[in-house]
Amino acid sequence: MTEPTLQVEILRYRPETDQDPAFQTYTVPYRDDWVVLDALNHIKDNIDRTLSYRWSCHMAVCGSCGMMINGEPKLSCHAFLRDYYPNKIRVEPLNNFPIERDLVTVTDDFMEKLESVKPYVIPKQERAVDEGPHLQTPAQLNTFKQYTMCINCLLCYAACPQYGLTPDFVGPAALALAHRYNLDTRDAGREQRQEIAASNEGVWDCTFVGECSQVCPKSVDPAAAIQQTKIASTIDWYKALLNPWGKR
Amino acid sequence: MSRKPYLRKMPKSWWLAQRRYTSYMAREMSCVFIGAYSVLIVLGLYRLSQGRAEYGAFLDALQSPPSLVFHAAALVFALIHTVSWFSLAPKAMPLQIGEKKLSGGPVVLAHYAVWVVVSAGVLLVARI
Repeated sequence: MTEPTLQVEILRYRPETDQDPAFQTYTVPYRDDWVVLDALNHIKDNIDRTLSYRWSCHMAVCGSCGMMINGEPKLSCHAFLRDYYPNKIRVEPLNNFPIERDLVTVTDDFMEKLESVKPYVIPKQERAVDEGPHLQTPAQLNTFKQYTMCINCLLCYAACPQYGLTPDFVGPAALALAHRYNLDTRDAGREQRQEIAASNEGVWDCTFVGECSQVCPKSVDPAAAIQQTKIASTIDWYKALLNPWGKR
Repeated sequence: MSRKPYLRKMPKSWWLAQRRYTSYMAREMSCVFIGAYSVLIVLGLYRLSQGRAEYGAFLDALQSPPSLVFHAAALVFALIHTVSWFSLAPKAMPLQIGEKKLSGGPVVLAHYAVWVVVSAGVLLVARI
């Protein structure tokens, strides 16, 4: 019996030879427990060693293998061939990012934006080790826990038409992480983050398409974080208007 | 080796690429109809200020086929706008009691309840 196969169409771009990216089709064995990443690894190991892509953990934790799969941003380790078989699968690098080579994108823009929102606890006062840990109740933790699940896979940026149309937009993952630290009871850095998060390029460039939350593989729901930041920033604005002498 | 990153341009038809993008654009488009309807109401108030005959003519004009088509379209887009925003409301208003995060259902229901109450209030005022 012949082994069932599946066609995978991959957008290739080799900067040293290609002027523009172009699709190349490969035929891979079909197995119902394979994901798209397995198919890519099969191609790399057996058919074409020049194919470039990022991956690491193969279990939706590292956030490296995000790609456009049939036009949808997905982790390739999370996209089963059986959901597409017997149809051809089209694999492209993540939308809205420059292509470095084949399926590898340039993510520097995101890295700079992530850094700009200071995604770490900024305590009010440094605490000496002998003062013990910062305590937090489970209820306090639950206000932001979902936002800690972000793996920086950038599927949300690839899904966001606002980021595609307005590249200055800080974007979903970075703003969700800013919100995550703002909600943390151990943190006192909100005012510093608001310079970026509450600016035009921050939450106000978001028009609530909501697609970031749809494609998020970790149910982070960045759209929710952004809308909540908009409300909090609006309250800040009214407070400053009504009481210009008060502390913001 | 020098780098040569390639930036793919977003096609103008991006909003047709996926059903969810298209429904987002329908929500965005709804503002055109809601804006136009607001202008129509302001125009009606202006005609009312001019006198009974002018206001009567304005009301007659509203019965014309193009006006009826516009009203039907405005109603559809107003409903798209309202329903889609109400369904998104829980994202902006998370509910948590103690450790437990609640579902968004009550927030959505509360929006519909306020809608019904306000609409009933407007109808009541209109009848007086």
